[in-house]
Amino acid sequence: MILDIKNLSKIFGKSCSSCLSDTGALYNSSICPKCKSVVGVNNVNLCLKQGEVLGIVGESGSGKSTLLQLIYQDVEASLGEVFISQFKDKSGKKKNILDASLTELATLRNEIMSMIYQNPRLGLNYQFSAGGNIAEKIMCSGIKKYQDIRDRALYFLDKTEIPVERIDDYPEYFSGGQQQRIQISKALSSNPKILLLDEPTTGLDLSVQAKILDLIKELQHEIGFAMVVVSHDLGVIKHLTDITVVMKNGQIVENGLTDQILEDPQHPYTQLLVSSIL
Amino acid sequence: MIRLEVKNLRKTFRVHTQGGIEVNGFNDINFELKKGEFLSLFGPSGAGKSSVLKTLFRTYTTSSGSIIYYKNSGEGINLSTANESDILSLRKNEIGYVSQFLHMLPRISAVDVVSEQLIFKGESENSSRAKAKELLDYLSIREELFDLSPLTFSGGEQQRVNIAKGIIAPKPLLLLDEPTASLDKTNTMKVIRKLQELKKEGVSMIGIFHDLEAMDMISDRTYKLSRVL
Repeated sequence: MILDIKNLSKIFGKSCSSCLSDTGALYNSSICPKCKSVVGVNNVNLCLKQGEVLGIVGESGSGKSTLLQLIYQDVEASLGEVFISQFKDKSGKKKNILDASLTELATLRNEIMSMIYQNPRLGLNYQFSAGGNIAEKIMCSGIKKYQDIRDRALYFLDKTEIPVERIDDYPEYFSGGQQQRIQISKALSSNPKILLLDEPTTGLDLSVQAKILDLIKELQHEIGFAMVVVSHDLGVIKHLTDITVVMKNGQIVENGLTDQILEDPQHPYTQLLVSSIL
Repeated sequence: MIRLEVKNLRKTFRVHTQGGIEVNGFNDINFELKKGEFLSLFGPSGAGKSSVLKTLFRTYTTSSGSIIYYKNSGEGINLSTANESDILSLRKNEIGYVSQFLHMLPRISAVDVVSEQLIFKGESENSSRAKAKELLDYLSIREELFDLSPLTFSGGEQQRVNIAKGIIAPKPLLLLDEPTASLDKTNTMKVIRKLQELKKEGVSMIGIFHDLEAMDMISDRTYKLSRVL
């Protein structure tokens, strides 16, 4: 098990004892009736094995992106545990990453996980060149020799079909699709064990979307990292993932093999979602 | 050696978007399948034949009953309750499904879609492509089409590419949904001959045919489904 999430919750605002029990899909609400806090993620359990690709679907506001941010720790969780197989304490026991110190957290985010955001502005530093962005991630993952770093940056730019002679250009001089590919280069350059993707192709035109998804899929096959993909586009989910979970009001209402979710959905919300396909 | 054991299998679909009505898929299905045996599901349209195959592959969930798959080691796994990771690994190594129609992306050529099945298994790219071309040629696909997307082909050609994809790297259990539906006599015979070879190699298969003559040639047994009430 590379990723193991247990009873993970995120409550925005002051919480009370009813927050988790009185919200969710059953109540069709994420707002606690007593203290009016918003429950972003409500008691989520998930696990993922080496090389598996998990999709998260759900309506906007269902907590998909928040869940991803809790794993990457862009947002601090309120309750629960997240274990990653590579992350252990001194005695060799698996350690909850929510208890990680700042240095440990840096290791997790630099070496073990990478995140690809919908908006490349969140994943790239626009004060650095394309190559500089990738180099930063490579250096943080522990490679220190200039030539090694440069070679690795060139390798990933080439892999993502960015013209390598443009390595020293700044991100804003690239098109949106190219910026997204630079972000992918950066994310993969540290050789992560888990890749997190938040709506990686939303807003891109179809041909660029296909190129980027094909590329991600090819690299996943080649390198074999585990992946969590958040998308509201069932086509993207079908293309990339093996297993899908469906979220509503912060809870997982259904999980299963992706083809089963699409062809034999069980939960009323999933049936509505699948019947809304174009 | 028993490969698959299906007991009291039942499937109902609950359609929440239509006020929660229940639709009966199939009822009380019982059969066993041995290693190297070919079982045909037989029955009128709407009897649930394709639904049974999809349930065996876990594209459909099981409403009740059990589906036990036995590996060569003798270990039995209930396909209707196994976790997703286990099903994924079974699909990779043990159970193949050949759908009625070809589903693929429009950016992949005929040779690539067939050869990647061997490449996934670890065979080299060159030999995989050579074998894929040989099989496509055997199934009467013209060489000039090899590097084009099968989605631009005729219905019968697409189906032959689909079969080539399904049988080039055979798994111990193959589920075949109307593999010969849109093929002419010559090509139907070619497919049947290939399936007979697989049977000799010990591959167990469950198939659905509309062509009764083809069904008789390949089947060891048939299992009759009647229209669901």
